[in-house]
Amino acid sequence: MTFAKRHLLGIEPLSPDEIRTLLDVSDQYVDLNRSDRKSGQALAGKTQINMFFENSTRTQASFEIAGLRLGAHVMNMAMQASSIKKGETLIDTALTLNAMHPDLLVVRHPQSGAVNLLAEKVNCAVLNAGDGRHEHPTQALLDALTIRRAKGRLHRLTIAICGDIAHSRVARSNILLLGKMENRVRLVGPPTLIPSGAADWGVEVTDDMSAGLADADVVMMLRLQKERMDGGFIPSEREYYHRFGLDPAKLRAAKPDAIVMHPGPMNRGVEIDGTLADDINRSVIQEQVEMGVAVRMAAMDLLARNVAAEAEGVMV
Amino acid sequence: MSATIFRGAQLIDPDHDDTGVGDLCVVGGVIANEAPDDAVVIDCAGLCLAPGIIDVGVKVSEPGERHKESYRTAGRAAAAGGVTTMVTRPDTDPAIDTPEVLEFVTRRARETAPVRVAHMAALTKGRDGREMVEVGFLSDAGAVAFTDCDRVITDTKVFARALTYAQSLDALVIAHPQDPGLSRGAAATSGKFASLRGLPAVSPMAERLGLERDLAMVEMTGAAYHADNLSSAAALPALERAKSAGLNVSAGVNIHHLTLNELDVGDYRTFFKLKPPLRSEDDRLALVEAVASGLIDIISSMHTPQDEESKRLPFEEAASGAVALETLLPASMRLYHAGALSLPQLFRALSANPAKRLGLSGGSLTPGAPADLVLFDPDAPFVLDRFTLQSKSKNTPFDEARMQGRVKGTWVNGAQVFPFSDDHADL
Repeated sequence: MTFAKRHLLGIEPLSPDEIRTLLDVSDQYVDLNRSDRKSGQALAGKTQINMFFENSTRTQASFEIAGLRLGAHVMNMAMQASSIKKGETLIDTALTLNAMHPDLLVVRHPQSGAVNLLAEKVNCAVLNAGDGRHEHPTQALLDALTIRRAKGRLHRLTIAICGDIAHSRVARSNILLLGKMENRVRLVGPPTLIPSGAADWGVEVTDDMSAGLADADVVMMLRLQKERMDGGFIPSEREYYHRFGLDPAKLRAAKPDAIVMHPGPMNRGVEIDGTLADDINRSVIQEQVEMGVAVRMAAMDLLARNVAAEAEGVMV
Repeated sequence: MSATIFRGAQLIDPDHDDTGVGDLCVVGGVIANEAPDDAVVIDCAGLCLAPGIIDVGVKVSEPGERHKESYRTAGRAAAAGGVTTMVTRPDTDPAIDTPEVLEFVTRRARETAPVRVAHMAALTKGRDGREMVEVGFLSDAGAVAFTDCDRVITDTKVFARALTYAQSLDALVIAHPQDPGLSRGAAATSGKFASLRGLPAVSPMAERLGLERDLAMVEMTGAAYHADNLSSAAALPALERAKSAGLNVSAGVNIHHLTLNELDVGDYRTFFKLKPPLRSEDDRLALVEAVASGLIDIISSMHTPQDEESKRLPFEEAASGAVALETLLPASMRLYHAGALSLPQLFRALSANPAKRLGLSGGSLTPGAPADLVLFDPDAPFVLDRFTLQSKSKNTPFDEARMQGRVKGTWVNGAQVFPFSDDHADL
């Protein structure tokens, strides 16, 4: 078992072995979460602080439940209403919290790289719960766990990631993870929503859904970030749905047993057909949410073990 | 009259490609053919002696942000970096856009800076791009060029009139070409790196668009124009066309775009956040080649002091710019040691060309030129510690970098200004 990291800042620094370790431990937590006694002791006596500088319901709830089930004291800080508003810098906030000796810091921030910056200034383990357009590692891990459990493997699969790639940290983390595990990744979306240089990422890029979905094992839809649409990246929602929204007709290009994923929250009728999203034979969207808790338990468990090992003088 | 002989120096004369060892005489602050017998002899022991650097586009944060840099600290940094003339930017607060503000900074510079200082003025009032400044009065008060710095005058009618008016007074207009729409909100150059880091990015095409626009207006008005702070290969063909068409056009690049690239940003290191952003390695190589061919005339530091607070932020929020008065020469030596540029080529871009383009004295070792000199060891290795810099602000991307090339002495008008008299450094 390998997982030699102090923080979980992104998928980029992880090795394939570390990803496998995280997923293996997550599998154990899926079993625990499905049992009657949903509690462990891995984080007993630890303090976990969730710092969300950006609104979040599902991710924050998922981290909170994960911490509570492992026995941690969990505290949620609504950073929107805090001293940041009074002009305190991110680093000062980090130093203040650090002085209270938390063991785990879960951070979401609207700026790319902000969580890396914060991690440099604190002694505890930091988990990136999404920074700007950069990374969202636990989302990519829960997607990987969902795929591995549905497909029986996490390599040599064809995965189409569709929609607003440019503004999506979920897409970046997924591209990195699926690439590291040796899958074939396709990006599908209007060229205005494909980031520059994407063709150099070792992925295929297309603006044609039927070509992008052809023989795909997994179809991963992304949320069309409405709040980021003010720049006029697409002409209208209805044209977007017509060309890029996932419906049963477009899905026919994929393999008959292809699964449909979405990180949520969904815009039904914009990027995905509502009925399809609810089709339990194709959609694994609810499983993704379930896997999210397990993956976050595994990540925090492994990081806490590394911090404990370090305290005992073992090199991590 | 005081006289000095610099004995046994490797003379870097921008007008000559050979760099033989010889003596240089200075009498009464001016380079001379010979010196009287009682002249002070400085044994240079084969070190390089070159005309002092004339650095176009230095930001001294007076007035407005003296906590970031003053004329005293910038002047000391310049002296320590072999810069004998600082040509300062007007992007202060308030902007240097009236003769009165220009008079204030001229006095501050004269009282506190140990090197020569020439000032540029804004081209439009408040650098707002709406009304032109008093180009005539400001020229009379000593402004050597007019620039709104990193702000683009988007109203082409305003820009055309300003160019036409400046042309009638033989005033040089300097711009940092950029398309403001395409580059809005950008923190990095577009491509794989910026996309992976999730940073908003701008294509180098924005620079080409800005330059093409400016050059069309220069063709229309006949103004003297210097495109400064170029950063991309995409802009160079337009520059080449304008020059071969005989337009009164020159171009500049800052040392960071010649020695660093986008990958140096690494894990969101804000000291590498510049405007325009660091570009690809292909862009860097094209810029170095353009300096070698003479297409780009001037290398500058684009010295931009920022305090710790404005850099200790997430990358997008952090301020742009880097201090470079003291690192300009050692960073330039990277290009020399890489075999990309000879020492005379470098000092053409660092000293001779800026003097010619801005009509300043200096930049030459020819008798009759002022004795503004830098003595340096091009090989001396060191590891830079940013806290040893003279600048008030310490935001250098070269912190902890291995460098080669140390300034051993700086003279302005024949008088030694570095090492500082209060220091006890050797020589």
